[in-house]
Amino acid sequence: MDRTPVIVGIGMSDYPKVPHMDGVQHHVLAARRAIEDAGIDKSEIDGYVGAGGGGGMMVDDAVTMAEYLRINHRYIDGTMTGGSSFEFHVQHLAAAIRDGACDTALVTYGSNQLSKMGRSLGTGGMHRGVQTVAGPMGYEAPYGNSLVGSYAMHAKRHMHEYGTTSEQLAEIAVGVREYASLNPNAIYQDLITVDDVVNSRMIADPLHMLDCCAITDGGGAFIMTTAERAKDLQQPPVYVLGAAGGQTHWNICQQTDFTTSAGALAGPIAFERAGVTHDDVDMLMFYDSFTITCLILLESLGFVPKGEGGPFVAEGNLKRGGKWPLNTDGGGLSSCHPGMRGIFLIIEAVRQLRGQAGVVQVPDCEVAIAAGSGGWLSCIGVAILGREHP
Amino acid sequence: MSTHEVIEVEEWAKPLPQLDNVNEEYWKAARQGRLLIQQCPACGHRQWYPRALCASCAAEPAWLETAGRGTVHTYTVIRQQGIPAFKVELPYVVAMVELEEGPLVFGSMPGIDPDTVSIGLPVEVYFRAASDDTGVPYWRPVVS
Repeated sequence: MDRTPVIVGIGMSDYPKVPHMDGVQHHVLAARRAIEDAGIDKSEIDGYVGAGGGGGMMVDDAVTMAEYLRINHRYIDGTMTGGSSFEFHVQHLAAAIRDGACDTALVTYGSNQLSKMGRSLGTGGMHRGVQTVAGPMGYEAPYGNSLVGSYAMHAKRHMHEYGTTSEQLAEIAVGVREYASLNPNAIYQDLITVDDVVNSRMIADPLHMLDCCAITDGGGAFIMTTAERAKDLQQPPVYVLGAAGGQTHWNICQQTDFTTSAGALAGPIAFERAGVTHDDVDMLMFYDSFTITCLILLESLGFVPKGEGGPFVAEGNLKRGGKWPLNTDGGGLSSCHPGMRGIFLIIEAVRQLRGQAGVVQVPDCEVAIAAGSGGWLSCIGVAILGREHP
Repeated sequence: MSTHEVIEVEEWAKPLPQLDNVNEEYWKAARQGRLLIQQCPACGHRQWYPRALCASCAAEPAWLETAGRGTVHTYTVIRQQGIPAFKVELPYVVAMVELEEGPLVFGSMPGIDPDTVSIGLPVEVYFRAASDDTGVPYWRPVVS
């Protein structure tokens, strides 16, 4: 019995703006599409994994969603590390499937962030007025920081230590937008230039509006099972070669090194488990909450030496046709970002590895990496996926 | 070690920390113009924010009063913020300050021209009275 963990089904809900849909409906639509894509019977699913973080008419934590979807599982995981949750889920499920804790698991996410909250996520603030805030957040809440500000402090320090420029960061937004221009569902499809990015409104220095991700509605789902079960399913299996995760802090007030991430911990483990090198990787799916997020992931995961990300990006290496094409679906920067985008990193990587990515297909895509950043570059989850049996 | 200015505030309109058994000493000291961190009696590790354990060795930490001085380690200028009490102060600097004693501390520099702030800038603490038992530390450039 070959229990090598594989992804056999993927599905996305509708996006970027779907006013009539609740967050839970995004979970459901994505789940239905993933089940159809895999061509399995729903009754086969004996594991459920979800991070919540969306919902609406009801909470969407793992136990509630398992009940609503009526999955009487024998394996559940509700790990919530923010946007990187789904890379951690791959790590956990790979072990669970190898171990026999479950055979076939469904992972879902859904949020109507844009329809429900507008574009307030980045600068609206979590604490709205005179109120007391418990725990570690109490050390931040009096100061009026924003989500954008937390990432901006990374960019500022990176620029200070390594001379990274706004123009270099802008190249990331420009490259991802080119891919979005080829995705008819992407929220922003007009091509942009470096000048457009650096001349867009400053939100939190040094991050401009076009350094920041979009806010959309959306949902995603994927199904993992064993290589054995995948043999007579309709889609070519995508193998989990290696997955790992790490955490350096949660709240931004506890970040101690603003130029790197826990990717420096998780990356080497994921690569060792996968038995591949960086040069074996054909495309990157990085959490692009902000341009700086991608740059720090690129460096901390070891694709380039620390501090050399800026010039490397400016050479066009992450663009369409470059050495490591980045976020071929148009990313969170320009396509789909309901708040916790990590599941779409997995879905797009699978699409590429199956050879089903259409006009944005990376030629001969054999190995892809999905790297999620949760919180404020706090929890980094890495999944290296491949189309060949390891 | 040294007491810093505490500015009385007529009506506090921002979020407040919730005091608990561990952190109340920190916030009450701030109300009196003193910035505390913790130092571990077992291993010497210094930390902020205050906790019930030493983050390095898990022993029970002790309080250490700081000089209230440091340098800007990194910062941003908040130019868009939806909460009314902060919106009226835009733009303002939010910063991580590296204390002379070592740890990084999170805070802000309201009313300071962002163009005068840079990484490495020497800063000192002052406080605003948020309630009868809570002071909030803020930072401003050291006047030489």
